Amino acid sequence: MIFKHDVLIVGAGLAGLRAATEVAGKADVALLSKVYPTRSHSGAAQGGIAAALENEEPDSWEWHMYDTVKGADYLSDQDAAEILAKDAIRAVYELEHMGVPFNRTPEGKIAQRFFGGHTRNFGEAAVKRICYAADRSGRVIMDTLYFDAVKKGIKIYPEFHVVDLVYRDGQVAGVVAYELATGEVHFFHSRVVLLATGGYGKVYKVTSNAFASTGDGAALVYRLGLPLQDMEFVQFHPTGIWGLGVLITEAARGEGGVLRNGQGERFMERYAPTIKDLAPRDMVSRAIYTEMAQGRGINGRDYVHLDLTHLGEKKLAERLSDISSFVKIYLGLDPAKDLIPVHPTCHYMMGGIPVNIDGAVTDEKDRAVPGLYAAGECSCISLHGANRLGCNSLLDLVVFGRRAGMHILENLDKTPWIDPPEPPEREAAGRIKGLLENRNGEKPVFIRRELQQTMMDGCSVFRDEAGLRKVVETLAELEKRACDMSIENCGKRFNTDLIDGLELRNLLSLARAIAVSALNRTESRGAHSREDYPARDDEHWLKHTLVRQTDQGVAIGERPVRITRFQPKARTY
Amino acid sequence: MPRFRIARFDPESDKETWYKTYEVEAMPRDRILDCLNRIKWEQDGTLGYRMSCAHGVCGSDGMRINGVCALACQKLVKDYGDAEEITLEPLPFFTVRKDLIVDMDDFLERIGSMSPYLVRAKNPPEKESLQSPEEHRKVQDVIRCILCGCCTSACPVMRENPDYVGPAALVWAYRYLYDSRDGDFLKRLEKLNEPDGVWPCENFFECTRVCPKEIPVTKSINFMKREIKKHELP
Repeated sequence: MIFKHDVLIVGAGLAGLRAATEVAGKADVALLSKVYPTRSHSGAAQGGIAAALENEEPDSWEWHMYDTVKGADYLSDQDAAEILAKDAIRAVYELEHMGVPFNRTPEGKIAQRFFGGHTRNFGEAAVKRICYAADRSGRVIMDTLYFDAVKKGIKIYPEFHVVDLVYRDGQVAGVVAYELATGEVHFFHSRVVLLATGGYGKVYKVTSNAFASTGDGAALVYRLGLPLQDMEFVQFHPTGIWGLGVLITEAARGEGGVLRNGQGERFMERYAPTIKDLAPRDMVSRAIYTEMAQGRGINGRDYVHLDLTHLGEKKLAERLSDISSFVKIYLGLDPAKDLIPVHPTCHYMMGGIPVNIDGAVTDEKDRAVPGLYAAGECSCISLHGANRLGCNSLLDLVVFGRRAGMHILENLDKTPWIDPPEPPEREAAGRIKGLLENRNGEKPVFIRRELQQTMMDGCSVFRDEAGLRKVVETLAELEKRACDMSIENCGKRFNTDLIDGLELRNLLSLARAIAVSALNRTESRGAHSREDYPARDDEHWLKHTLVRQTDQGVAIGERPVRITRFQPKARTY
Repeated sequence: MPRFRIARFDPESDKETWYKTYEVEAMPRDRILDCLNRIKWEQDGTLGYRMSCAHGVCGSDGMRINGVCALACQKLVKDYGDAEEITLEPLPFFTVRKDLIVDMDDFLERIGSMSPYLVRAKNPPEKESLQSPEEHRKVQDVIRCILCGCCTSACPVMRENPDYVGPAALVWAYRYLYDSRDGDFLKRLEKLNEPDGVWPCENFFECTRVCPKEIPVTKSINFMKREIKKHELP
């Protein structure tokens, strides 16, 4: 079938929803989601959303901007960081007006709490900047926006997996999507496509990400030969539940929790003397890996303890109840009494599809691709640079999701309908048919497990040249094996077996983009930590990485960093 | 090695539900979802079920596990330690679309019928509208809802009276009825007073028992019943 909408948004998480509600009523907009609505991974965000509201103590958007840039190890484009920090205040009030149930101060204002890397007066001490709804902030914001989208009558196509961007003469004509319920392949004709498909933590074995986080949008763009940016910067959140990787929010430390090593020592005092356990995530994750490598894990093993025992049951119930229940269910422990075993877990991709501050996707020469937009974790503005601060992600989604929606509307009159090549869904349908007809190959699961282990071993918190070379070689082998994989289920209805195969191809190409970019950057900055190049090297590397596929193989390019207010300085906390 | 008995049904080719049994390697602390994944990935790719976050936040994997509605990612193998086999079936009351995958549209429409959004009496202030911590606390429990459908599926009244709007929709009604910022209190109360609103609830407490987020569902419904009486609605 052919569907037709002016604006097509792929992904119904927070970025997609916020862009859609901006466009609704002014142009014909539809949302496509590979999961059922309200299942998107924005809902798993726990801690909150950052904004210098000054409800609890003095704060300013300049401090917030500075923290964002310093947290990013100066790789943030500062025009974007300025927009984020300034617009945060309006954005949070907007969410409150829509009905988001934020926790409150005794005076009835939105309550705020501490979080990693958010400081007052340019790094003096931690500041209460985070607006939150217990530890389910993402979920309640997403539900609020979802029901707003429903109220506005936005058409949603649930369980449609996008398999192709239709692109002709440098312009976008729509997307091709596979309908899970029927196994049909459809063409969605549109003037504008906005990709809001989220991250791809599933390239790693240990991750806080959902199964759906397979980077489909970023992979589509990459396959077309357009660049991806800053792919080497992968955030490992310090506190994943041991073994599972399930997230324990940084708010646990924001509310006073501390990390302890095998000797019971509060080791972050040594790594970040000023803000200690509230150092940015890249630093805390490195500290945990270092403690474990030096034999100070718990009983010498691969985890440390998160200690919340002094917070009291009331605080745990009112502000950290979801994570308390995770700890109870999965570990059988009570955070009011027991220490929680944690280790770093892959959490967020700073890199992604390069976009300008209006969400327009840009090519290797920094030219906007007509009709193509991206927002949210799949995009790279670059706001978060080499390391994102906690609670800047939900903020990014609503601030830049809205901006993309506004820019789409402003330019819609100038954006023509592009006639697709005929028939646009043929190639994707053929690819799927080929995959289903191949009977003697491997199942995707075995290739995926090797991919995830390979990335974990050679391309996680610490990296070096030898390890990265091995990763790149192994990935090439895995890609070959994936060309010949077989899907057991040939059925038409809800064939998630086939989706596993399609997602695996996306994961493999993104993993390669990450590893190649990591090998290329011979310095340590933010979340990219090279043991063979331990220092930051502003002279050679204060620039963004662009990686793209060409006929001659993977090509690496660069883009300058936009620096406005804050010149790079040593990054200590 | 736990044995799983899983309900299978494809409305296009099957006249009725049939069961298939699988054995899978598992540790006591593995999630039921981990076992399902191993079965699908390694033994039977035709098995249909939904999942995404795998830790009880997205709400995708509601199903009936040994007769009780629950999230497969929130139940562990050891929780069924004594059972010889673990039976997995789709959420009752919902229409089955394939195996453990059910139609969620009707469920979401029921919630939508409760106007699950803020209706303001007047334009909001420039900054946030004030709300005391006590006022916020009134909705603290119900905002845990993740729209998984377990409560509505488990409710015995739903099966007798499918017109009853159901416990999940009432949780969402409560969430906005008691939001101090909302301006539609009486209208919401009148809606709840309709024949398919709060009154069909007969206090079986099944919704409360199965809720994976421990929302006091029945208590909330009873609270709204008393509110209607207090306002002497007809």
